[in-house]
Amino acid sequence: MCRLAVDFAGVAFKNPVVMASGTFGFGREYNDLFPIEKLGGISSKGLTLHARSGNEGIRIWETPSGIMNSVGLENPGVEGFIHRDLDWVNSLDLVNIVNVGGHSMEDYIQAVERLNAEQLDILELNISCPNVKQGGMNFGVKTDMAAEVVRTIRGICKHKLVVKLSPNAENIVDLAKACEAEGADGISLVNTFLAMAIDIKKRQPVFNNGYAGLSGPAIKPIALRMVHQVSHAVQVPVMGLGGISTWQDAIEFIMAGATVIQIGTATFMKPDKALDIIAGMERYCEENSIANISEIRGIV
Amino acid sequence: MATVLKNEAVGSGFYLLKASGMYDAKMGQFCMLRAWDAYPVLSRPISIFDCDGEGISFLYKVVGQGTELLAQLKPGDTIDVQGPYGNGFPAVTGKVALVGGGIGVAPLYYTAKMLKAQGNPVDLYLGFTDEALLQQEYEAVCDELTVNIGGYITDDINPADYDYIMTCGPHIMMQVLADKVKGTAAQLYVSMENRMGCGVGACLVCSCKTTGGNKKVCKDGPVFKAEEVFGNV
Repeated sequence: MCRLAVDFAGVAFKNPVVMASGTFGFGREYNDLFPIEKLGGISSKGLTLHARSGNEGIRIWETPSGIMNSVGLENPGVEGFIHRDLDWVNSLDLVNIVNVGGHSMEDYIQAVERLNAEQLDILELNISCPNVKQGGMNFGVKTDMAAEVVRTIRGICKHKLVVKLSPNAENIVDLAKACEAEGADGISLVNTFLAMAIDIKKRQPVFNNGYAGLSGPAIKPIALRMVHQVSHAVQVPVMGLGGISTWQDAIEFIMAGATVIQIGTATFMKPDKALDIIAGMERYCEENSIANISEIRGIV
Repeated sequence: MATVLKNEAVGSGFYLLKASGMYDAKMGQFCMLRAWDAYPVLSRPISIFDCDGEGISFLYKVVGQGTELLAQLKPGDTIDVQGPYGNGFPAVTGKVALVGGGIGVAPLYYTAKMLKAQGNPVDLYLGFTDEALLQQEYEAVCDELTVNIGGYITDDINPADYDYIMTCGPHIMMQVLADKVKGTAAQLYVSMENRMGCGVGACLVCSCKTTGGNKKVCKDGPVFKAEEVFGNV
Protein backbone atom coordinates (compact mmCIF):
# COMPACT_ATOMS: atom_id res chain seq x y z
CA MET A 1 0.00 0.00 0.00
CA CYS A 2 3.03 2.33 0.04
CA ARG A 3 1.99 3.63 -3.38
CA LEU A 4 -0.69 5.55 -1.52
CA ALA A 5 1.30 6.54 1.58
CA VAL A 6 1.58 10.30 1.94
CA ASP A 7 2.99 12.84 4.34
CA PHE A 8 0.72 15.71 5.26
CA ALA A 9 2.45 18.45 7.24
CA GLY A 10 4.60 15.87 8.95
CA VAL A 11 1.75 13.47 9.67
CA ALA A 12 2.09 10.08 7.97
CA PHE A 13 -1.02 8.72 6.25
CA LYS A 14 -0.97 5.10 5.04
CA ASN A 15 -3.32 6.25 2.30
CA PRO A 16 -4.71 9.70 1.50
CA VAL A 17 -8.36 8.88 2.17
CA VAL A 18 -10.05 10.50 5.16
CA MET A 19 -13.68 10.41 6.21
CA ALA A 20 -15.11 13.92 6.25
CA SER A 21 -16.40 15.50 9.42
CA GLY A 22 -20.08 15.06 10.13
CA THR A 23 -20.63 12.04 7.93
CA PHE A 24 -18.84 9.42 10.00
CA GLY A 25 -19.60 10.20 13.66
CA PHE A 26 -16.51 9.20 15.63
CA GLY A 27 -16.14 6.02 13.59
CA ARG A 28 -17.79 3.54 15.93
CA GLU A 29 -20.96 2.93 13.90
CA TYR A 30 -19.05 2.27 10.70
CA ASN A 31 -16.46 0.12 12.44
CA ASP A 32 -19.31 -2.35 13.01
CA LEU A 33 -19.72 -2.54 9.22
CA PHE A 34 -16.14 -2.58 7.95
CA PRO A 35 -12.63 -2.34 9.42
CA ILE A 36 -12.14 1.42 9.50
CA GLU A 37 -8.42 1.00 10.13
CA LYS A 38 -8.13 0.50 6.37
CA LEU A 39 -8.80 4.24 6.06
CA GLY A 40 -6.07 6.85 6.05
CA GLY A 41 -7.87 8.81 8.72
CA ILE A 42 -11.13 10.08 10.07
CA SER A 43 -12.23 13.60 10.84
CA SER A 44 -14.51 13.61 13.85
CA LYS A 45 -18.04 14.91 13.98
CA GLY A 46 -17.69 18.68 14.44
CA LEU A 47 -17.21 19.43 18.12
CA THR A 48 -18.05 22.58 20.01
CA LEU A 49 -17.01 23.61 23.51
CA HIS A 50 -20.37 22.63 24.94
CA ALA A 51 -22.74 19.87 23.81
CA ARG A 52 -25.33 20.98 21.25
CA SER A 53 -28.69 19.42 20.46
CA GLY A 54 -28.66 20.75 16.90
CA ASN A 55 -31.34 22.25 14.69
CA GLU A 56 -35.09 21.73 14.80
CA GLY A 57 -37.14 20.59 11.85
CA ILE A 58 -36.07 18.77 8.73
CA ARG A 59 -32.32 18.14 8.69
CA ILE A 60 -31.76 16.43 5.34
CA TRP A 61 -33.16 16.97 1.86
CA GLU A 62 -32.20 15.15 -1.29
CA THR A 63 -31.37 17.18 -4.38
CA PRO A 64 -30.32 16.19 -7.91
CA SER A 65 -26.97 14.45 -7.27
CA GLY A 66 -26.67 15.81 -3.79
CA ILE A 67 -28.08 16.37 -0.36
CA MET A 68 -28.63 19.41 1.79
CA ASN A 69 -28.18 19.15 5.52
CA SER A 70 -28.98 21.31 8.47
CA VAL A 71 -27.90 19.25 11.46
CA GLY A 72 -26.73 22.31 13.36
CA LEU A 73 -23.61 20.73 14.85
CA GLU A 74 -25.40 18.34 17.18
CA ASN A 75 -22.48 16.95 19.19
CA PRO A 76 -21.54 15.81 22.70
CA GLY A 77 -19.16 18.72 23.27
CA VAL A 78 -15.38 18.53 23.55
CA GLU A 79 -15.55 17.06 27.05
CA GLY A 80 -18.07 14.41 26.03
CA PHE A 81 -15.90 13.38 23.10
CA ILE A 82 -12.75 13.20 25.24
CA HIS A 83 -14.58 11.16 27.84
CA ARG A 84 -16.31 8.71 25.51
CA ASP A 85 -14.44 8.44 22.22
CA LEU A 86 -10.97 9.97 22.09
CA ASP A 87 -9.03 7.06 23.59
CA TRP A 88 -10.82 4.63 21.32
CA VAL A 89 -10.03 6.65 18.18
CA ASN A 90 -6.40 7.00 19.29
CA SER A 91 -6.17 3.23 19.71
CA LEU A 92 -6.88 2.78 15.98
CA ASP A 93 -4.22 2.62 13.31
CA LEU A 94 -5.35 5.73 11.41
CA VAL A 95 -4.86 9.47 11.55
CA ASN A 96 -7.10 10.99 14.20
CA ILE A 97 -8.36 14.37 13.02
CA VAL A 98 -10.48 16.25 15.52
CA ASN A 99 -12.83 18.81 13.99
CA VAL A 100 -13.65 21.85 16.14
CA GLY A 101 -16.17 24.62 15.52
CA GLY A 102 -17.25 27.63 17.52
CA HIS A 103 -19.85 30.34 17.60
CA SER A 104 -17.62 32.94 19.22
CA MET A 105 -13.89 33.46 19.55
CA GLU A 106 -14.13 32.50 23.23
CA ASP A 107 -15.76 29.18 22.28
CA TYR A 108 -12.94 28.36 19.87
CA ILE A 109 -10.26 29.30 22.37
CA GLN A 110 -11.66 27.26 25.24
CA ALA A 111 -12.34 24.21 23.05
CA VAL A 112 -8.83 24.27 21.59
CA GLU A 113 -7.22 24.84 25.00
CA ARG A 114 -9.07 21.86 26.40
CA LEU A 115 -7.84 19.70 23.50
CA ASN A 116 -4.26 20.89 24.02
CA ALA A 117 -4.09 18.51 26.97
CA GLU A 118 -5.09 15.52 24.83
CA GLN A 119 -3.42 13.37 22.24
CA LEU A 120 -4.62 13.71 18.65
CA ASP A 121 -2.96 13.95 15.24
CA ILE A 122 -4.52 16.99 13.59
CA LEU A 123 -6.96 19.63 14.76
CA GLU A 124 -9.26 20.64 11.90
CA LEU A 125 -10.67 24.09 12.56
CA ASN A 126 -14.17 24.52 11.16
CA ILE A 127 -14.57 28.22 10.43
CA SER A 128 -17.93 27.82 8.66
CA CYS A 129 -19.90 28.67 11.79
CA PRO A 130 -21.91 31.85 12.36
CA ASN A 131 -20.24 34.27 14.76
CA VAL A 132 -23.09 35.02 17.17
CA LYS A 133 -21.22 37.98 18.60
CA GLN A 134 -20.97 39.66 15.18
CA GLY A 135 -24.43 39.45 13.75
CA GLY A 136 -24.24 35.79 12.78
CA MET A 137 -21.76 36.34 9.95
CA ASN A 138 -19.99 33.08 9.12
CA PHE A 139 -16.34 33.20 10.32
CA GLY A 140 -15.26 31.73 7.00
CA VAL A 141 -16.70 34.35 4.64
CA LYS A 142 -14.54 37.43 5.16
CA THR A 143 -10.78 37.02 4.91
CA ASP A 144 -10.15 39.39 7.84
CA MET A 145 -12.42 37.50 10.19
CA ALA A 146 -10.98 34.13 9.17
CA ALA A 147 -7.43 35.43 9.59
CA GLU A 148 -8.26 36.67 13.08
CA VAL A 149 -9.59 33.26 14.17
CA VAL A 150 -6.60 31.42 12.73
CA ARG A 151 -4.14 33.91 14.30
CA THR A 152 -5.77 33.52 17.71
CA ILE A 153 -6.02 29.73 17.55
CA ARG A 154 -2.53 29.30 16.12
CA GLY A 155 -1.28 31.25 19.10
CA ILE A 156 -2.63 28.70 21.56
CA CYS A 157 -3.02 25.43 19.63
CA LYS A 158 -0.36 22.82 20.40
CA HIS A 159 -1.55 20.46 17.68
CA LYS A 160 -1.08 20.42 13.94
CA LEU A 161 -3.66 22.92 12.70
CA VAL A 162 -5.64 22.47 9.50
CA VAL A 163 -8.21 25.13 8.63
CA LYS A 164 -11.35 23.90 6.86
CA LEU A 165 -12.59 26.52 4.42
CA SER A 166 -16.12 27.36 3.45
CA PRO A 167 -16.82 27.62 -0.29
CA ASN A 168 -18.98 30.57 0.65
CA ALA A 169 -15.82 32.60 1.29
CA GLU A 170 -15.88 35.94 -0.52
CA ASN A 171 -12.46 35.11 -2.01
CA ILE A 172 -11.34 31.60 -1.18
CA VAL A 173 -7.81 32.01 -2.55
CA ASP A 174 -7.10 35.15 -0.53
CA LEU A 175 -8.68 33.57 2.51
CA ALA A 176 -6.52 30.43 2.15
CA LYS A 177 -3.40 32.55 1.79
CA ALA A 178 -4.34 34.46 4.92
CA CYS A 179 -4.74 31.18 6.84
CA GLU A 180 -1.32 30.09 5.65
CA ALA A 181 0.20 33.43 6.62
CA GLU A 182 -1.29 33.09 10.11
CA GLY A 183 0.41 29.75 10.59
CA ALA A 184 -2.01 27.04 9.50
CA ASP A 185 -0.18 23.74 8.87
CA GLY A 186 -2.63 22.84 6.14
CA ILE A 187 -5.92 23.74 4.50
CA SER A 188 -8.96 21.55 3.93
CA LEU A 189 -11.68 22.53 1.49
CA VAL A 190 -14.53 22.67 0.79
CA ASN A 191 -17.27 22.58 3.37
CA THR A 192 -20.89 22.61 2.13
CA PHE A 193 -22.33 25.25 -0.17
CA LEU A 194 -25.08 27.44 1.25
CA ALA A 195 -28.24 26.34 -0.54
CA MET A 196 -32.01 26.36 -0.31
CA ALA A 197 -35.13 24.32 -0.95
CA ILE A 198 -38.72 25.53 -0.79
CA ASP A 199 -41.76 23.45 0.06
CA ILE A 200 -44.21 24.74 -2.54
CA LYS A 201 -47.22 23.27 -0.75
CA LYS A 202 -46.42 25.03 2.50
CA ARG A 203 -44.96 28.04 0.65
CA GLN A 204 -42.00 28.16 3.00
CA PRO A 205 -38.40 26.98 3.14
CA VAL A 206 -37.89 23.26 3.76
CA PHE A 207 -35.36 24.03 6.50
CA ASN A 208 -36.22 25.96 9.64
CA ASN A 209 -33.05 28.01 9.16
CA GLY A 210 -34.04 28.87 5.60
CA TYR A 211 -30.73 27.82 4.11
CA ALA A 212 -28.74 24.60 4.47
CA GLY A 213 -25.47 23.08 3.28
CA LEU A 214 -25.30 21.32 -0.09
CA SER A 215 -22.91 18.40 -0.55
CA GLY A 216 -22.49 15.41 -2.82
CA PRO A 217 -21.57 14.89 -6.49
CA ALA A 218 -23.51 18.03 -7.45
CA ILE A 219 -20.78 20.25 -5.97
CA LYS A 220 -17.78 18.25 -7.17
CA PRO A 221 -16.76 20.32 -10.19
CA ILE A 222 -16.89 23.56 -8.20
CA ALA A 223 -15.05 22.04 -5.25
CA LEU A 224 -12.41 20.69 -7.62
CA ARG A 225 -11.90 24.13 -9.13
CA MET A 226 -11.50 25.67 -5.67
CA VAL A 227 -9.05 22.95 -4.57
CA HIS A 228 -7.08 23.58 -7.77
CA GLN A 229 -6.96 27.33 -7.16
CA VAL A 230 -6.04 27.08 -3.50
CA SER A 231 -3.49 24.28 -3.94
CA HIS A 232 -1.63 26.36 -6.47
CA ALA A 233 -1.72 29.48 -4.31
CA VAL A 234 -0.40 28.11 -0.99
CA GLN A 235 2.69 26.14 0.02
CA VAL A 236 1.04 24.21 2.87
CA PRO A 237 -0.62 20.88 1.98
CA VAL A 238 -4.29 20.71 1.08
CA MET A 239 -7.01 18.21 1.91
CA GLY A 240 -9.53 18.25 -0.92
CA LEU A 241 -13.17 17.37 -0.56
CA GLY A 242 -16.53 18.07 -2.09
CA GLY A 243 -18.63 15.42 -3.77
CA ILE A 244 -15.96 12.76 -4.25
CA SER A 245 -17.79 9.51 -4.88
CA THR A 246 -15.49 7.49 -7.16
CA TRP A 247 -11.76 6.72 -7.28
CA GLN A 248 -11.60 8.75 -10.48
CA ASP A 249 -12.91 11.76 -8.58
CA ALA A 250 -10.22 11.19 -5.95
CA ILE A 251 -7.48 11.09 -8.60
CA GLU A 252 -8.83 14.34 -10.06
CA PHE A 253 -8.52 16.05 -6.67
CA ILE A 254 -4.96 14.76 -6.29
CA MET A 255 -4.07 16.01 -9.77
CA ALA A 256 -5.64 19.34 -8.85
CA GLY A 257 -3.20 19.57 -5.97
CA ALA A 258 -4.69 17.85 -2.92
CA THR A 259 -2.36 15.73 -0.77
CA VAL A 260 -5.23 14.06 1.07
CA ILE A 261 -8.85 13.70 0.00
CA GLN A 262 -11.94 13.41 2.17
CA ILE A 263 -15.07 11.36 1.51
CA GLY A 264 -18.37 12.57 2.94
CA THR A 265 -21.75 12.16 1.33
CA ALA A 266 -20.62 9.17 -0.77
CA THR A 267 -20.54 7.08 2.41
CA PHE A 268 -24.33 7.34 2.44
CA MET A 269 -24.44 5.65 -0.98
CA LYS A 270 -22.47 2.68 0.34
CA PRO A 271 -20.98 2.53 3.83
CA ASP A 272 -17.58 1.27 2.68
CA LYS A 273 -17.42 3.41 -0.46
CA ALA A 274 -14.09 4.81 0.81
CA LEU A 275 -12.55 1.33 0.60
CA ASP A 276 -13.64 1.05 -3.04
CA ILE A 277 -12.00 4.42 -3.66
CA ILE A 278 -8.76 3.36 -1.96
CA ALA A 279 -8.69 0.13 -4.00
CA GLY A 280 -9.34 2.07 -7.22
CA MET A 281 -6.57 4.57 -6.49
CA GLU A 282 -4.16 1.76 -5.73
CA ARG A 283 -5.07 0.00 -8.98
CA TYR A 284 -4.70 3.22 -10.96
CA CYS A 285 -1.19 3.74 -9.57
CA GLU A 286 -0.19 0.16 -10.39
CA GLU A 287 -1.54 0.30 -13.91
CA ASN A 288 0.16 3.61 -14.59
CA SER A 289 3.47 2.66 -12.95
CA ILE A 290 3.13 5.35 -10.34
CA ALA A 291 5.41 4.43 -7.42
CA ASN A 292 3.74 6.93 -5.15
CA ILE A 293 0.56 8.96 -5.54
CA SER A 294 2.51 12.15 -4.81
CA GLU A 295 4.00 11.87 -8.33
CA ILE A 296 0.71 13.04 -9.78
CA ARG A 297 -0.12 15.60 -7.11
CA GLY A 298 -0.79 19.01 -8.60
CA ILE A 299 0.27 18.01 -12.09
CA VAL A 300 -2.70 19.81 -13.59
CA MET B 1 -25.79 -7.77 -3.54
CA ALA B 2 -29.05 -9.67 -3.27
CA THR B 3 -31.30 -10.91 -6.05
CA VAL B 4 -34.91 -9.82 -6.37
CA LEU B 5 -37.09 -12.93 -6.02
CA LYS B 6 -40.36 -11.10 -6.51
CA ASN B 7 -41.68 -7.57 -6.64
CA GLU B 8 -45.44 -7.38 -6.99
CA ALA B 9 -48.06 -4.68 -6.70
CA VAL B 10 -50.32 -5.49 -3.74
CA GLY B 11 -52.44 -2.35 -3.93
CA SER B 12 -52.52 0.95 -5.70
CA GLY B 13 -48.93 2.21 -5.39
CA PHE B 14 -47.99 -0.48 -2.86
CA TYR B 15 -45.48 -3.23 -3.61
CA LEU B 16 -44.16 -6.33 -1.90
CA LEU B 17 -40.52 -7.05 -2.75
CA LYS B 18 -38.61 -10.14 -1.72
CA ALA B 19 -34.82 -10.31 -1.94
CA SER B 20 -32.63 -13.38 -1.60
CA GLY B 21 -30.25 -14.09 1.26
CA MET B 22 -30.10 -15.03 4.92
CA TYR B 23 -30.80 -12.21 7.34
CA ASP B 24 -30.97 -12.12 11.10
CA ALA B 25 -33.93 -9.77 11.27
CA LYS B 26 -35.58 -8.67 14.49
CA MET B 27 -39.14 -7.39 14.76
CA GLY B 28 -39.51 -3.77 13.68
CA GLN B 29 -36.08 -3.37 12.11
CA PHE B 30 -35.46 -1.85 8.68
CA CYS B 31 -32.97 -2.12 5.84
CA MET B 32 -31.41 0.51 3.61
CA LEU B 33 -32.38 -0.48 0.06
CA ARG B 34 -30.61 0.60 -3.09
CA ALA B 35 -31.10 -0.65 -6.63
CA TRP B 36 -29.21 2.05 -8.46
CA ASP B 37 -25.63 3.27 -8.63
CA ALA B 38 -25.08 6.89 -7.71
CA TYR B 39 -28.40 8.68 -8.04
CA PRO B 40 -30.49 9.26 -6.07
CA VAL B 41 -27.70 9.77 -3.55
CA LEU B 42 -29.43 8.25 -0.56
CA SER B 43 -30.46 4.65 -0.03
CA ARG B 44 -34.02 4.15 1.17
CA PRO B 45 -34.87 2.99 4.69
CA ILE B 46 -37.66 0.42 4.36
CA SER B 47 -39.27 -1.65 7.15
CA ILE B 48 -38.87 -5.39 7.10
CA PHE B 49 -42.20 -7.03 6.25
CA ASP B 50 -41.04 -10.63 6.61
CA CYS B 51 -37.94 -12.74 6.81
CA ASP B 52 -37.54 -16.46 6.25
CA GLY B 53 -35.03 -19.05 5.10
CA GLU B 54 -35.42 -17.90 1.50
CA GLY B 55 -34.96 -14.18 1.89
CA ILE B 56 -36.24 -10.92 3.26
CA SER B 57 -39.27 -8.97 2.12
CA PHE B 58 -40.38 -5.38 2.17
CA LEU B 59 -43.82 -3.85 1.80
CA TYR B 60 -43.43 -0.31 0.48
CA LYS B 61 -45.38 2.56 -0.95
CA VAL B 62 -44.21 4.49 -3.98
CA VAL B 63 -43.73 8.04 -2.74
CA GLY B 64 -40.79 9.40 -4.72
CA GLN B 65 -37.81 8.81 -6.92
CA GLY B 66 -36.26 5.99 -4.91
CA THR B 67 -39.39 3.91 -4.39
CA GLU B 68 -40.31 4.46 -8.05
CA LEU B 69 -37.02 2.83 -9.00
CA LEU B 70 -37.65 -0.01 -6.56
CA ALA B 71 -41.08 -0.57 -8.09
CA GLN B 72 -39.50 -1.17 -11.51
CA LEU B 73 -37.37 -4.09 -10.29
CA LYS B 74 -38.04 -7.50 -11.83
CA PRO B 75 -37.22 -10.96 -10.48
CA GLY B 76 -33.55 -11.63 -11.16
CA ASP B 77 -32.51 -7.99 -10.82
CA THR B 78 -29.94 -7.14 -8.17
CA ILE B 79 -30.62 -5.03 -5.12
CA ASP B 80 -28.33 -3.85 -2.34
CA VAL B 81 -29.89 -4.72 1.03
CA GLN B 82 -27.95 -3.07 3.88
CA GLY B 83 -28.90 -4.09 7.37
CA PRO B 84 -31.05 -5.11 9.17
CA TYR B 85 -30.60 -1.94 11.20
CA GLY B 86 -32.14 -0.37 14.27
CA ASN B 87 -33.77 -1.33 17.53
CA GLY B 88 -37.15 -2.87 16.82
CA PHE B 89 -40.10 -4.03 18.88
CA PRO B 90 -39.26 -5.93 22.09
CA ALA B 91 -39.91 -9.60 22.69
CA VAL B 92 -42.61 -9.56 25.36
CA THR B 93 -44.85 -11.98 27.21
CA GLY B 94 -48.50 -11.05 27.46
CA LYS B 95 -51.52 -10.07 25.41
CA VAL B 96 -50.40 -7.90 22.51
CA ALA B 97 -52.14 -5.50 20.14
CA LEU B 98 -50.37 -4.24 17.03
CA VAL B 99 -51.80 -1.05 15.56
CA GLY B 100 -50.80 0.08 12.08
CA GLY B 101 -51.85 2.93 9.84
CA GLY B 102 -51.26 3.08 6.09
CA ILE B 103 -47.82 1.87 5.04
CA GLY B 104 -47.07 1.73 8.78
CA VAL B 105 -48.61 -1.74 8.73
CA ALA B 106 -45.44 -3.00 7.02
CA PRO B 107 -43.36 -4.03 10.09
CA LEU B 108 -46.36 -5.52 11.89
CA TYR B 109 -46.58 -8.72 9.82
CA TYR B 110 -43.22 -10.09 10.94
CA THR B 111 -43.78 -8.70 14.43
CA ALA B 112 -47.13 -10.50 14.73
CA LYS B 113 -45.65 -13.68 13.32
CA MET B 114 -42.76 -13.67 15.78
CA LEU B 115 -44.82 -12.70 18.83
CA LYS B 116 -47.34 -15.45 18.00
CA ALA B 117 -44.54 -17.96 17.60
CA GLN B 118 -43.32 -16.96 21.05
CA GLY B 119 -46.75 -17.94 22.42
CA ASN B 120 -48.41 -14.55 22.88
CA PRO B 121 -52.02 -13.79 21.99
CA VAL B 122 -51.76 -11.14 19.24
CA ASP B 123 -54.51 -8.94 17.80
CA LEU B 124 -53.93 -6.75 14.78
CA TYR B 125 -55.60 -3.39 14.12
CA LEU B 126 -54.89 -2.03 10.65
CA GLY B 127 -56.16 1.29 9.34
CA PHE B 128 -56.16 2.30 5.67
CA THR B 129 -57.42 5.27 3.71
CA ASP B 130 -58.77 3.52 0.61
CA GLU B 131 -58.03 -0.20 0.50
CA ALA B 132 -56.77 -2.93 2.80
CA LEU B 133 -53.37 -4.41 2.05
CA LEU B 134 -52.60 -8.13 2.28
CA GLN B 135 -55.60 -8.81 4.51
CA GLN B 136 -55.39 -12.60 4.22
CA GLU B 137 -51.69 -12.61 5.02
CA TYR B 138 -52.19 -10.48 8.13
CA GLU B 139 -55.17 -12.62 9.20
CA ALA B 140 -52.95 -15.70 9.15
CA VAL B 141 -50.46 -14.34 11.69
CA CYS B 142 -52.81 -13.07 14.42
CA ASP B 143 -55.70 -14.11 16.61
CA GLU B 144 -58.03 -11.33 15.56
CA LEU B 145 -57.72 -8.85 12.75
CA THR B 146 -59.60 -5.56 12.74
CA VAL B 147 -59.44 -3.51 9.55
CA ASN B 148 -60.65 0.05 9.31
CA ILE B 149 -60.90 1.73 5.93
CA GLY B 150 -61.43 5.47 5.79
CA GLY B 151 -61.96 5.94 9.53
CA TYR B 152 -59.76 6.03 12.62
CA ILE B 153 -58.25 2.69 13.63
CA THR B 154 -57.56 4.16 17.05
CA ASP B 155 -61.36 4.20 17.62
CA ASP B 156 -61.45 0.41 17.32
CA ILE B 157 -59.09 -0.55 20.10
CA ASN B 158 -59.62 -0.73 23.84
CA PRO B 159 -56.09 -0.41 25.28
CA ALA B 160 -57.18 -1.82 28.65
CA ASP B 161 -57.59 -5.22 26.98
CA TYR B 162 -53.83 -5.53 26.41
CA ASP B 163 -50.55 -5.81 28.25
CA TYR B 164 -48.55 -4.44 25.32
CA ILE B 165 -49.45 -2.29 22.36
CA MET B 166 -47.04 -1.69 19.49
CA THR B 167 -47.75 0.80 16.76
CA CYS B 168 -46.42 2.16 13.50
CA GLY B 169 -48.09 4.75 11.32
CA PRO B 170 -48.75 8.45 10.93
CA HIS B 171 -47.45 10.56 13.82
CA ILE B 172 -50.94 11.84 14.60
CA MET B 173 -52.32 8.29 14.81
CA MET B 174 -49.61 7.26 17.24
CA GLN B 175 -50.15 10.44 19.26
CA VAL B 176 -53.88 9.73 19.53
CA LEU B 177 -53.13 6.15 20.55
CA ALA B 178 -50.63 7.35 23.16
CA ASP B 179 -53.31 9.62 24.63
CA LYS B 180 -55.78 6.75 24.67
CA VAL B 181 -53.35 4.37 26.35
CA LYS B 182 -52.67 6.92 29.09
CA GLY B 183 -54.04 5.72 32.41
CA THR B 184 -54.23 2.04 31.41
CA ALA B 185 -51.77 -0.66 32.40
CA ALA B 186 -50.81 -1.30 28.77
CA GLN B 187 -47.28 -0.50 27.70
CA LEU B 188 -47.04 1.27 24.37
CA TYR B 189 -44.15 1.05 21.92
CA VAL B 190 -44.06 3.34 18.89
CA SER B 191 -42.06 3.04 15.69
CA MET B 192 -40.90 6.49 14.65
CA GLU B 193 -40.14 7.66 11.14
CA ASN B 194 -37.77 10.38 9.98
CA ARG B 195 -35.72 11.29 6.93
CA MET B 196 -32.46 9.36 7.16
CA GLY B 197 -28.99 9.79 5.72
CA CYS B 198 -26.58 7.08 6.78
CA GLY B 199 -29.04 4.71 8.47
CA VAL B 200 -26.44 3.59 11.01
CA GLY B 201 -26.33 6.37 13.60
CA ALA B 202 -23.47 8.50 12.32
CA CYS B 203 -24.93 11.53 10.56
CA LEU B 204 -27.58 12.64 13.08
CA VAL B 205 -30.09 13.89 10.50
CA CYS B 206 -32.85 11.64 11.91
CA SER B 207 -32.59 12.83 15.52
CA CYS B 208 -35.82 12.85 17.44
CA LYS B 209 -36.52 14.54 20.73
CA THR B 210 -37.13 12.23 23.68
CA THR B 211 -37.38 12.66 27.42
CA GLY B 212 -33.80 11.35 27.51
CA GLY B 213 -32.49 13.94 25.03
CA ASN B 214 -31.98 13.55 21.29
CA LYS B 215 -32.10 9.97 20.05
CA LYS B 216 -31.26 8.60 16.62
CA VAL B 217 -34.33 7.12 14.94
CA CYS B 218 -32.11 4.83 12.85
CA LYS B 219 -29.90 3.45 15.61
CA ASP B 220 -31.55 4.03 19.00
CA GLY B 221 -34.96 3.48 17.37
CA PRO B 222 -36.99 3.29 15.24
CA VAL B 223 -38.93 1.80 18.16
CA PHE B 224 -39.19 3.78 21.38
CA LYS B 225 -41.34 3.53 24.48
CA ALA B 226 -44.21 5.93 23.89
CA GLU B 227 -43.48 7.89 27.06
CA GLU B 228 -40.01 8.72 25.70
CA VAL B 229 -41.40 10.53 22.65
CA PHE B 230 -44.97 11.49 23.59
CA GLY B 231 -44.43 12.36 27.25
CA ASN B 232 -46.18 10.51 30.05
CA VAL B 233 -48.29 7.58 28.92
